[in-house]
Amino acid sequence: MTAVLPLTVKENSNSGIWSWLTTVDHKKIGTLYGISGVIFFILAGAEALLIRTQLAAPNGTIISANVYNQLFTMHALMMIFLGVMPMGAAFFNWLVPLMIGARDVAFPRLNALSFWTFLSGGLLLTSSWLFGEAPDVGWFAYAPLTEKAYTIGKAMDFYAAGLILLGVASTIASLNFVVTIINMRAPGMTWFRMPVFVWMIFVVAWLLILSLPVLTIGLVQIYFDRNFATNFFNPTGGGDPLLWQHLFWIFGHPEVYVLILPSMGIVSEVLPTFAKKPIFGYSAIVFAGLSIAVLGFAVWSHHMFTTGLGPVPSIVFSASTMAIGVPTGVKIFNWLATLWGGSIRFTTANLFSIGFIALFTIGGISGVMHASPPIDTQQQDTYFIVAHIHYVLFGGAVFGIFSGFYYWWPKFFGRFLDEKLGKINFWLFFIGMNLTFFPMHFLGVQGMPRRIYRYDTDLGWDMWNQVASIGSYMLAVGMIVFLYAVWKAYKTEPNAPDNPWDAPTLEWATSSPPPEHDFDVIPVVHDRDPLWYNRDNNIVQEQVTDEHIHMPPPSYYPLLLSIGLLVGGIGLLTTLIISFVGVLLVFYAIWGWVLEPTS
Amino acid sequence: MLRFRKTTFFLFVNSIFSSFLFGCSAWQSDPQTTVNPKSDMAVLIQDLYVLVFWLSVGVFIFIMGAIVYVSIRFRERPGVEAKQFHGNTKLEILWTLIPILIVLTIFLPTASAIPKIKSDAPANALQIDVVGKQWWFEFKYPELNITTANEIHIPVNRPVSFNIESSDVIHAFWIPQLGGKVDMMPGHLNKMWFTPTEARKNAYLGQCTEFCGTSHANMLFRVFVDEQEDFDKWVLSQQQNGMKAQSELAKEGEKLILNNIAFVTDNGTAIGCVTCHKIEGTNAMGMLAPDLTHIASRSTIAAGRYENTKENLIKWISNPSRMKPGVSERSGGMPIYEDYLTPEQIESIVTYLLELK
Amino acid sequence: MSQEAHSVTGIDSRKLLMWIFLASDCLFFGALISTYLIFKDNIPNPPYPTDRIVNGEFFHGLLNIPLTSVSTFVLLMSSVAMVLAVYGAQNNNLKMMKGWLLSTIVLGIAFLLFQVYEFRHFLHEGLGLSTNQFGASFYLMTGFHGVHVGIGVIILISLLFGSFRRNSLGSDTGFHIETAGLYWHFVDIVWIVIFTLVYLMPY
Ligand code: HEA
Ligand code: HEA
Ligand code: HEC
Ligand code: CUA
Ligand SMILES: [Cu+2]
Repeated sequence: MTAVLPLTVKENSNSGIWSWLTTVDHKKIGTLYGISGVIFFILAGAEALLIRTQLAAPNGTIISANVYNQLFTMHALMMIFLGVMPMGAAFFNWLVPLMIGARDVAFPRLNALSFWTFLSGGLLLTSSWLFGEAPDVGWFAYAPLTEKAYTIGKAMDFYAAGLILLGVASTIASLNFVVTIINMRAPGMTWFRMPVFVWMIFVVAWLLILSLPVLTIGLVQIYFDRNFATNFFNPTGGGDPLLWQHLFWIFGHPEVYVLILPSMGIVSEVLPTFAKKPIFGYSAIVFAGLSIAVLGFAVWSHHMFTTGLGPVPSIVFSASTMAIGVPTGVKIFNWLATLWGGSIRFTTANLFSIGFIALFTIGGISGVMHASPPIDTQQQDTYFIVAHIHYVLFGGAVFGIFSGFYYWWPKFFGRFLDEKLGKINFWLFFIGMNLTFFPMHFLGVQGMPRRIYRYDTDLGWDMWNQVASIGSYMLAVGMIVFLYAVWKAYKTEPNAPDNPWDAPTLEWATSSPPPEHDFDVIPVVHDRDPLWYNRDNNIVQEQVTDEHIHMPPPSYYPLLLSIGLLVGGIGLLTTLIISFVGVLLVFYAIWGWVLEPTS
Repeated sequence: MLRFRKTTFFLFVNSIFSSFLFGCSAWQSDPQTTVNPKSDMAVLIQDLYVLVFWLSVGVFIFIMGAIVYVSIRFRERPGVEAKQFHGNTKLEILWTLIPILIVLTIFLPTASAIPKIKSDAPANALQIDVVGKQWWFEFKYPELNITTANEIHIPVNRPVSFNIESSDVIHAFWIPQLGGKVDMMPGHLNKMWFTPTEARKNAYLGQCTEFCGTSHANMLFRVFVDEQEDFDKWVLSQQQNGMKAQSELAKEGEKLILNNIAFVTDNGTAIGCVTCHKIEGTNAMGMLAPDLTHIASRSTIAAGRYENTKENLIKWISNPSRMKPGVSERSGGMPIYEDYLTPEQIESIVTYLLELK
Repeated sequence: MSQEAHSVTGIDSRKLLMWIFLASDCLFFGALISTYLIFKDNIPNPPYPTDRIVNGEFFHGLLNIPLTSVSTFVLLMSSVAMVLAVYGAQNNNLKMMKGWLLSTIVLGIAFLLFQVYEFRHFLHEGLGLSTNQFGASFYLMTGFHGVHVGIGVIILISLLFGSFRRNSLGSDTGFHIETAGLYWHFVDIVWIVIFTLVYLMPY
C-alpha cells in the first residue's frame, strides 16, 4: 500500500506519554480506564460529601438550591458513567483477553478509540462545572423540565452531547468485546469453560449494544426539542413527556445490570480462589446471568409506577420485576455454596466479595419491595430508593470492584496492595457504608423525599441524616486509605509471583505483570479451572518456541478520531460549524486508520 | 450483665423494627411518616407492606445467618482441606423454587391490591382538582366553587377524589399518611381517591416528590381532615368574596394593589399583584399565582414553606427568591418588590393581606 | 496479527462486528419508528400526511405514494445490484464486481435524490421540523435512514476506488464488499419497514 497518511508512530516507543497516547495494548488501555475511573469516582464522591454535608442538619445553608441540584445530578452521572462503568471497563480490558488466552482483543485500535472517546465524553460532561452549566435536572432528566422553557442555558445540552459521546464509546467497546469473546478464545476454551467473569462481560456487552441506541435516540430528540424547536417531549406542542421516560428507562434499567454484572463476575472469580474450591453451580450462575439480562429488558416501567400506568401494565411490570429476584437469588445461593465446605482465606479481596453478597442482598430485597406498585407509591422518590440504589451500587458494584483491585493488583502491576491497609479500607467502607445508607431506609419510611436541598426541623429526620453524613466521611477516609495503599504499592519493587493466590484461571498462567504479548505460548485449555487442572495433573507449560509474535503497532488515529468526535460534541454546544470541523477530522482519521498498515 | 446486654440488644432490634413499621416513634414524632396510615387506601398499602417487610426480614436473616455461619465454620484451619465439588442439581432446583414461592406470596396480594387502588372513586366522593405548578399547588373544588392554594380541608370519613394535573413540568402529589403518591403530568390527567379516617387539628403533610426544578424542596402542602361541621364552616367562609380592608394601613395596601399604580416608581416598572393573583370580588383577576382571596385563613405561605406571619409576608413580598430560591428567576415568577416599593408600602400591603380572612 | 489470524468460529471478526453492529442499529431504528408510531394518530395541526377533512375543511395529504414507491423500487434494485457485485467479487470477476458496485452506488444516490426532493416538497408545503409531531418524527426517522444510505454510498465509493487503484482483487476486497453488502441490505430492509409503516399503513 502506497499512500499512508503522515502520522505514523515510531516503533519501540514503549514508554513516555506518547506510548500511552498511541497505545493499542489492552492492558495499557485497561490501566487508562482504571486511572480515569478512580479519579472520576473520587470527584463524584466529593460531590456526595458536599451533599451529605449540606443535609447533615435541617435547613442546611452551605450550598444553594441550584448548586445542590447540580451536585446530585452530576454525582449520579459521574458515578455511573465516569466512575463505575470505566472501572468495570478497566477490568474487562485487562482481563478478558488474559482469561480467554488471547494476545489482545479482536480490534486493538477500536479499543483505543473507545477509551479516548470515553475520556472525551467524560471531560465534556464534567467541564460543564467550569462554565457553571452543570446539568441540574436529576440523572434521568425528566422532560419537560429539560425543555428550553424550563432549563435555559446549556446544561441540558452538555448532558445530551456528553452522554451521546459516552454511548458511542461504550458501544464500540461492547462490539469489540463480544467479537473478542466469540472469536479469540484459546484452543480448548469452550463456552462452558469460560470464567464466569467473561460470561458476565459478554452479557454486559450485549446489554449495552441493545440498550444504548434507545438512549441515543432520546438524547437526539431532546437535543432537537431544545435547539430545533421540535416538540417530542413538550406537552404544549403535542409531545409526550412519558415517551422520554420510556426511552430513558428502556436504557436505564439494563444499565443498572451493566453496573452490577462485572462485579458479580469478579466475585465469582474471587470466592473460589479463596475458598480453594471450584465455583458451585457454574452453569446455574451463567444461566442466571443470561436470564437477568433478558428479564432486564422487560422491567423498565417499574420506574414509572406512579406516572398513572394502568392496572394491567402495573401488574405485568411488577411480575417481571419480581421475577428478576429469582435468578439473582440463585446466584447468591451458589456463591454461598461455593464457600460451603471450603477453606476460606480472609484476604481483603475475599472480604470485599463476601461483603458484596451481604450488602447486595440488602439492596436486592429493598428492590423487590418497591417492585410491588402499591408499596412503591409510598417509596418512590424517597430516601428508601436512595438506600436501595446505594446498597446495590456501592455495596454491590463498588465492593465488587474493590475486591477486584485487591485481587488482581499483583497481576496487573506485579505488586501487592498492602493487606493491612486493605483490611482497614474494607472495614471503613463496610461500617461507613452501613452507617451512611442504612438509616436512609428509615428516612424513606419517615417520608423524606429525595433531591431536596433542605428540610424542616420538626419532621423527625434530623438524627438519621446526621448519622448518614458521619458515615459518608468514614467512606472518604476509607478511600484515602485505599489511595495510600496504592501509593505504597507503587513505591515498592515488583515482587508478585505469577500466581500468588493459587488461582485457577488463565490470567495467572503468565508473568506478573504480563508481557506485552500476554502469553509466551498460547495456552491449551482442558478444564474450566485450567491452572488447577494443570496443577493436579502435573501438566507444565509448553516451551517457548521461536515463533515470532507480532503485536499490532501503536497508532495515533484512535486518539485523533476521538478528538474529532469531541470537537463535534463541542459544536453541538456552540455552533454547528465547529461540528462540521469535527466531522472533517473524523473523516481524516478514518481515512488514515484504513490506510495505516497493521502489520 | 448478660441480662443488661440482652435488653439493650432487644431494644435495639425493637427500635429497628419499629422504625420500619411504625415510624421511629421511639425517638421522635413523624408527621410525614409512610407507616402510620389514616385512610382506607393507606391501610391497604400498609398491610401489603407489612407482609413484604416480614418476608424480607426472613430472607435477610437467612442470608446474613448463612454468611456468618459459613465464614466461621469454613474459615481456613490447619489440616482441613477444602472439599472439591462442583454443584448439585437438586439444590439448584430447591433454591430456584423457594424464591419463586416467596415472590408469589408477594405478587398475588399485590396483584389484587392494584385494581382496588386504581378503581374509580365512589359517586359521593368530594371532588378536588389539583394542578401542580412551579412550585406550589392549586386546589379547586368544582362543586363548591372554591379555589385555594397549598392548603385544603376535607371532611373525615367521606371519600375524596382528586383529579391531578400539572401546568408546567412533572410534579408529584403525595400525602404519605393518606395514600401513595401520584405524578402530576402535564397534559395527562391522573386520578386518586381515598377516605380519610381520622380528623385532627394538625395538618397531614404533603410534599411534591418529583424533582421539578430549583425549589422542588420547598413545594409542600397541607391537608386538614375536619369533622363535618368544621368542614362546612370552612367551606362557607371560603365561598365569600375577599374582605374589604378595615384598618387605615390596610386600606392603603388595598389601594396599592387594586389600583395597580404604585408599581411605577423611580426605580422602574414592575407588574402589579393583580396580573397574577386573584382576590375574589375585586379587580385582582390574575390566574397565574395562588389565589389570595382568603390568604389570611391559611397557616402557611409559599407552598407550606413559611408560617403565615406578618414578618414572613413582608420578607416574601420584598424578595420572594430570598425566601424560596428560583421564584423570581423563573419566567413569569413573582417579582422582587423591594426594588420598587418602599418598606412602608410593603407593610401596608401585608396588613391588607392579613385581613383577607 | 489480529483479525484473520485467529477466529474460533471461523467467521471473520470484522464480519461478526458488522452483524452485531446491525443488531444494535435495529434498536436505533426501533426507537425512531416507535416514536413515529406513538405520534402517528395524534397530529394536532396541518399539514397532514394523508388527505384529511378537519372541521369541514379539506387538507391535502403530503405523502406521494406512487413517487415513493418508485424510490423504494430503486433502493430494492440497488440491493439486487449489491448481490451481483458480491457475486462478482466472490467469483473473482473484477469487471462484474466493479460494474455492479457502480450500479449500486448510482441507485443509492438516486434514492437519496428522491429523498431530497421529497423533503423539499414537504418543506414547500409548510411541513417544518417543528410544525407538528408528524414533521418531527418523520424527518428524524427518514433523515437518519438517509444518513445511513449516505454512509453506505461513501463506503461503496471508497471500495470502488480502492479496486480501481489496485486493479486486482485482493482477498480483502471481496471480503470488504461482502461486509459492506450486509450493511447495505440492512439499510434497505429498514427502508421497507419504514415505507410500509409510513406510506402503506392507513392513518
Ligand atoms: C446495580 C444497580 C441495581 C440493581 C442490581 C438493581 C436491582 C433491582 N432493582 Fe433497582 N434501582 C437501581 C439500581 C439497581 N437496582 C437504581 C440506580 C434505581 C433508581 C433510579 C433512580 O430513580 O434514580 C433503582 C430503582 C428501582 C426501582 C424503582 C423505584 C422507584 O423509583 O420507585 C425498582 C422497582 O421495582 C427497583 C427494583 C429492583 C429489583 C427488583 C432488583 C433486583 O434485580 C434485585 C434482585 C436481588 C435480590 C432479590 C436479592 C438476592 C435474592 C435472594 C437472596 C433470593 C430470595 C429473595 C427474594 C425472592 C425476595 N429498582
Ligand atoms: C455508582 C453509583 C453511586 C455511588 C458509588 C454513589 C456513592 C455515594 N452516594 Fe450517591 N447516588 C447515585 C449513585 C451513586 N452514589 C445515584 C444514581 C443517585 C441519584 C441521583 C439523582 O437523584 O439524580 C445518587 C444520589 C445520592 C444522594 C441523594 C441526593 C438527593 O436525592 O438529594 C445521596 C445523599 O446522601 C448520595 C450519597 C452518596 C454517598 C455518600 C456516596 C459514597 O458512597 C461516596 C463514597 C466516595 C467517596 C467519599 C470518595 C472519596 C473522596 C475522597 C477521598 C476525596 C475527598 C476530598 C475532598 C472532599 C476534597 N447519593
Ligand atoms: C408575575 C406573577 C406574580 C406577581 C406580579 C405577584 N405574584 Fe405573588 N406569587 C406568584 C407566584 C407564582 C407565587 C407562588 C410562589 C411559590 O409558592 O412558589 C406567589 C405567591 C404569593 C404569596 C404566597 C401565597 C401562598 O398562599 O403561598 C403571596 C402572599 C403573594 N404572592 C403576594 C403577592 C403580592 C402582594 C404581589 C404584589 C405586590 C404579588 N404577589 C405579585 C406570582 C406573582
Ligand atoms: Cu414540584 Cu417537585
Ligand atoms: Cu430498574
